[in-house]
Amino acid sequence: MASTIWKGVIRLGEEAVPVKLRSAVTDRTIRFRLLDEPRGAPVEQRMVNPETGKAVPFEKIRRGVETESGEIVVLEDKELEKLAPAESRDIEIVRVVPSAAIDHRWYVRPYWLAPDGEPESYFALAQALEEDGREGVARWTMRKKEYQGALHPRDGYLMLVTLRHASEVVSAAELEGPTGRELDPRERKMAVQLIEALSGDFEPESYVDEYRKRVAELIEAKASGKRIRLEPKRERKRPASLAAALEKSLERARKERSVA
Amino acid sequence: MPEKGEEQLEEQGGGTRPFWSGTITFGLVSVPVELLPANRPRRVSLRMLAPDGTPLRREYWSPGGEEAVETKETIHAYELEDGRFVEVTDEELEELAPRKTREIDLRLFVDRAELDPVFFERAYFLAPSKGATKPYRLLVAAMESADKAGIATFVMREREYLVAIIAENGVLRAETMRFADEIRSAEDAGLPKPSKVEKKAVRRFARALEDLFAEELDPDELEDRRSRAIEKLVRSKLAAGKDVVTPAIERESSGEGDRGDRAVIDLMEELRRRMRSGAAPSPGAPAPGRRSSVPSDLESRSKQELYELAKDLAIEGRSRMTKDDLIRAIRRSA
Repeated sequence: MASTIWKGVIRLGEEAVPVKLRSAVTDRTIRFRLLDEPRGAPVEQRMVNPETGKAVPFEKIRRGVETESGEIVVLEDKELEKLAPAESRDIEIVRVVPSAAIDHRWYVRPYWLAPDGEPESYFALAQALEEDGREGVARWTMRKKEYQGALHPRDGYLMLVTLRHASEVVSAAELEGPTGRELDPRERKMAVQLIEALSGDFEPESYVDEYRKRVAELIEAKASGKRIRLEPKRERKRPASLAAALEKSLERARKERSVA
Repeated sequence: MPEKGEEQLEEQGGGTRPFWSGTITFGLVSVPVELLPANRPRRVSLRMLAPDGTPLRREYWSPGGEEAVETKETIHAYELEDGRFVEVTDEELEELAPRKTREIDLRLFVDRAELDPVFFERAYFLAPSKGATKPYRLLVAAMESADKAGIATFVMREREYLVAIIAENGVLRAETMRFADEIRSAEDAGLPKPSKVEKKAVRRFARALEDLFAEELDPDELEDRRSRAIEKLVRSKLAAGKDVVTPAIERESSGEGDRGDRAVIDLMEELRRRMRSGAAPSPGAPAPGRRSSVPSDLESRSKQELYELAKDLAIEGRSRMTKDDLIRAIRRSA
């Protein structure tokens, strides 16, 4: 399952590090196809002119941008081609910042980089990033599309995480939380105590996508002609006042703690 | 590189409407909240046009057919490896869907440093629902002083999400996370064992890194250069009046890719408004949590929204209805 998506060369000043890109995540979402029931075959996607109701063949489709006033500005293929980035294998490091300077809210998707050819320079770069607590901002063009990413060391290897563009991320610093009267110090203290009482280690493996699991089971059962049973669901009640709720929760959390 | 589904999700990331409204429960304390996007769509998205410039609509046609298939004649199916299809009805999927709890139950808090960013998939802001700023502020204050993040699962759009709730600058964020079985380790990815490197080589790379070093990230370096370039081209064409088309007919909203309210309200503005205590939702936003009354603007809703409404009203046979059928059935049941 270690398939290489793309091969490139990290360019850091004069240095060149050939790498192979491999996905660091697997999408396990179960995807369905839409069937035309009478025919029992998958439907086909068409781009249709709403004025004529006719499908426009792919080679005749043009591209354009809609302005705020609703006008369409048509862009010719030739014009768009001119804007397309030049083909290149380079993953150019344009900036180096302290590690964690790139907030994870910029992240889109992580990729492992594997050394392509001699591993010496690859591991030297990983180690240099690690030792100095640095990450790089990288830019590259892959299959005619421009990408930007964060290059960081991880478990001794290099990881490249694609990043959103500046205009796509809402700046959290510009956003202020709700304001109001000073919080009751007693409630505040209890709330912190409750958090402490509910604190533990994060064990990602203990969370399972139950829905995905059930859908997979349904498909399997249907494929083999069986039926499956569904699980019952539960409900709970809660008290009215904030202070009373906190007190009760704390009591409960402590009790659970002492049992465990 | 991003797969098709991902791009579609990105598209849904646009707009300023709450995705979800419900309650964060923290022990027995309830914090009513609304979930808003934390990301904007790309600045420019290209549309597909007919040769005369008319924007095209995406439709599903029967194989080799001459017109769109009616929704009631379609069914979802899973393709097995041997090419056979297993048909699954919407009702069956609904039965399997986790109960719509409208609840994010914080039963575990962890040190923020313990959360691996690789798990994060998508960020949302949580705004207090009208009149519920006090428990919101209390939870934020307590989480910030304890420097902890909450972990929970919740249900949105028939899917179960693993989520980290993070408090920062007085604001709560929800970050959906990938499940552990979706993360590949270096070993899974077939990376070779790290080999020994010479100190000299490491120093050489360290020097090269230093040459490009900056204390902070300059967001300008992550600018959407392609969108910029397209915008520039569009402006020059508009100024010259070249290749500018005014669509003859008002386009009906097709649900998918419908971005009619895109430019009207800025996401930041909307978030700020909602953070202010007691701010009412913007016009056009669905009433949080409550759907007992039928809205008057059914025609302007997307089919998915109508379907959700039909589901809340327990309208039978909804998965096979067309948009018009859904509108009629919703009106009847009200």
